[in-house]
Amino acid sequence: MRIGVVTFPGSLDDRDAARAVRVAGAEAVALWHGDADLHGVDAVVLPGGFSYGDYLRCGAIARFAPVMEPLVDAARGGLPVLGICNGFQVLCESHLLPGALIRNDHRKFVCRDQPLRVESTATAWTSGYQAGQQIVIPLKNGEGGYVADQRTLDELEGEGRVVVRYLGDNPNGSYRDIAGIANARGNVVGLMPHPEHAVESLTGPGTDGLGFFTSVLEGLVRA
Amino acid sequence: MTIDTVELAAKTPDQPQPWDELGLKEDEYQRIRDILGRRPTNAELAMYSVMWSEHCSYKSSKVHLRQFGEKAPESDALLVGIGQNAGVVDIGQGYAVTFKIESHNHPSYVEPYQGAATGVGGIVRDILAMGARPVAVMDSLRFGPLDADDTHRVLPGVVAGVGGYGNCLGLPNIGGEVVFDPSYAANPLVNALCVGVMKHEDIHLANATGVGNKVVLFGARTGGDGIGGASILASESFDDSKPSKRPAVQVGDPFMEKVLIECCLELFEAQVVEAIQDLGAAGISCATSELASNGDGGMYVQLEKVLLRDPSLTPGEIMMSESQERMMGIVTPENLDAFLAITAKWDVETAVIGEVTGTGRLVIDWHGETIVDVDPRTVAHDGPVYERPFERPAWQDELQAAGPESLPRPSGGDELRGTLLRLLASPNVASKAWITDQYDRYVLGNTVLAQPEDAGVLRIDESTGLGVAIATDGNGRYAKLDPYTGAQLALAEAYRNVATTGARPLAVTDGLNFGSPEDPAVMWQFAEAIRGLADGCQTLGTPVTGGNVSLYNQTGDAAILPTAIVGVLGVLDDVARRTPQGFRESGQVIYLLGETRDEFGGSEWAWAEHQHLGGRPPSVDLVAERELAEILVNASRDGLIDAAHDLSDGGLAVALAESVLRYGVGARVWVPDGLDPFVFLFSESQARAIVAVPRSEEVRFTDMCSARRFPHQRIGVVDDGGVLDVQGRFTVPLDELRTAHESTLSSAFEA
Repeated sequence: MRIGVVTFPGSLDDRDAARAVRVAGAEAVALWHGDADLHGVDAVVLPGGFSYGDYLRCGAIARFAPVMEPLVDAARGGLPVLGICNGFQVLCESHLLPGALIRNDHRKFVCRDQPLRVESTATAWTSGYQAGQQIVIPLKNGEGGYVADQRTLDELEGEGRVVVRYLGDNPNGSYRDIAGIANARGNVVGLMPHPEHAVESLTGPGTDGLGFFTSVLEGLVRA
Repeated sequence: MTIDTVELAAKTPDQPQPWDELGLKEDEYQRIRDILGRRPTNAELAMYSVMWSEHCSYKSSKVHLRQFGEKAPESDALLVGIGQNAGVVDIGQGYAVTFKIESHNHPSYVEPYQGAATGVGGIVRDILAMGARPVAVMDSLRFGPLDADDTHRVLPGVVAGVGGYGNCLGLPNIGGEVVFDPSYAANPLVNALCVGVMKHEDIHLANATGVGNKVVLFGARTGGDGIGGASILASESFDDSKPSKRPAVQVGDPFMEKVLIECCLELFEAQVVEAIQDLGAAGISCATSELASNGDGGMYVQLEKVLLRDPSLTPGEIMMSESQERMMGIVTPENLDAFLAITAKWDVETAVIGEVTGTGRLVIDWHGETIVDVDPRTVAHDGPVYERPFERPAWQDELQAAGPESLPRPSGGDELRGTLLRLLASPNVASKAWITDQYDRYVLGNTVLAQPEDAGVLRIDESTGLGVAIATDGNGRYAKLDPYTGAQLALAEAYRNVATTGARPLAVTDGLNFGSPEDPAVMWQFAEAIRGLADGCQTLGTPVTGGNVSLYNQTGDAAILPTAIVGVLGVLDDVARRTPQGFRESGQVIYLLGETRDEFGGSEWAWAEHQHLGGRPPSVDLVAERELAEILVNASRDGLIDAAHDLSDGGLAVALAESVLRYGVGARVWVPDGLDPFVFLFSESQARAIVAVPRSEEVRFTDMCSARRFPHQRIGVVDDGGVLDVQGRFTVPLDELRTAHESTLSSAFEA
């Protein structure tokens, strides 16, 4: 199985995402922002970082990168896509996911080991978890406050599309403690915390993040 | 606009020049005239003035810094020593590591965010210029009192700047220190350390060789920022329509730097760059003169080819500009197309501005007229060298005589308990999580240990587990009491911190921050600190690979505490064997290693409880430090210990509290017979650490210590009782310890 990891100028966690893909047992394929070709990958990760320096607005420029054109089409057709942190912002800017991410309510960058509850296992990226399972993975962002209008929030909750929720102190002011969401079909998931930083106990708070990558792999193998 | 050319300068020897405003002394200006055999052009004057400044030429410190070379211990590990952008150390398996500290003190006071941000950016480019991939940063910060108004302007800005730049660059911040003292009130210290990794064959040097090779400037465009004093030379322009107010502090763009890093690494990999130099202080002046003088020929530059952000800049300003995120490369004509293809891929603007010549001269033209024609060595290497007078100040004896012996000491359980809680909450000991939680410590996925651990530990090779540990330390109070010993204590602590994680210490970088060299007392502190550090490195077998000197950190007559910050790099053959700081397993036995004496001079207790600074610092025993390090490294390798924490500020009591708080366990500790409980708990005697030993390994561990005749005492047991219990004296619940330790900074800055 081949999972693509897109590098935009300013992507930072692309090598980490590729490592997580390998640790999960898949082949990581480097995709370049300027290349409008997905090279036949079976799934795509949009990694964390500051694409294009986060100028204008986080993810706002990356959305227009050549690679996004085939990606958006493929995602609408069911290709599994995971957006982590800046990748989540890109997915929102691309309208693959609803809502937006704004500056943390306390106005500071925050890096910490974040407890989360997996709310939905009906997605390509979380099928390997138990519903309600509590996990700890690193969170690190300056603009991670998830916002959307009431109707959208209610819709997300009603359709079971809130994928992960913050436990304990809300780290960034996200509405309803939302840490990650999915599209209606469940193939596109975006979240602020970084599962790729919790795939080896040596370099992370544990291995709770590995499930995101093994979930998609198992789904692809079954398909 | 009239340009001051070499031709014009030769014809107008008597034209007055603003050498004074540029910071040159009269005899220095005369020397420039003697070297050139004429008056310098304005561009040459700008170049000499900045390259001969204290910051670039080390003119006051050079005569002392030589000791680092003269006393350097024999070391097979050193691949590149002092003099290049950064030193390079062999860590085995074909890998080399480069690391260095640099200061950005004054800019961080003027403009905290940009000053700190560009401090990080500058040191990262130094590391990149060696051919290495930068893999982590650390920062050593010093501020005025926590409750001072200005600290609330400077600290949040500095922290946001370090974080804003480092986070956006994708480099984990794995440690450092933060210290508060009134002497830093108008002189904050921002010392940034960067570490980079490469294979031996990838080492690049800043030597322009090969006649006909191209000089290429790439990265950000050149603008008017960071010109500072050189703006006086704007008088060469008769056009007053140009922008006048330009920032003296440079402005950083971490996104540009991130792209530049990836671009450079691809250039190195493609082997299309012969030599490379980053542009930092003194910009193009520094890069051209250093590249040329380190090479074997000369250099010819057409300055009008430099890409500008502001077309109104004069040639002198272009040469002096400290615009960030720029690099200069030397490229063979055959490789030029491949080079340009890579910079184009990364959208990095590039200009070929000149070539290497065989003339031995650095010649710079501006639209066909020569404005600089100098021997580059006279600019970059043959600057003035001062033997500044130094003298042990009269007050030193008085200070040393006023020891802490007369201070009232706590006695009884309640007083000892209160002392511990107040020390844990004191600004220097309190948790720095409010600061470090603003830094990304995870990016790149190789961070094995980060703050608040004793040292940062990075994995270098995923397949073999090869890794490095780095710690920075520096206690200005100790150094004030005795600069020679104080510098050695900084070295000892950083060395010990690295060994505590299980790493074998290999090499040293230093950030030397002092007051005015024109004050003989300060100069004495400086000379003594260097002598102490050089002697210490010789004893420990860890060479100094490079570093930074920052002088004039003083306001009026009041200099900062003499602050020698020492960074030590160590190697772990397998990072999976690293020893973390925190106790975790109930039932493990706590041992205190090393000898505890009644030593409170310069201690955190004397300062926090009595605002007292006097007497002598703790005695330093580098042989004992080496023995302790060997025990810690061997115990880690053989799996004899599960936790280790070095003893420093606040002594054993603070170390115990930090060790139980890390993973939220409890501990029961007893005071050994014959030791005064206060001394046992709070003394800052050196060469000590606490370790947690699994019962199954206890005999092997104590046998190892006994065989080396190293003092070791069984002082307690880890348990799950949720309290720190000093038996028969006092008990503190973990929650109370945590509140004391973690509230200070957040309540100071969140109010």
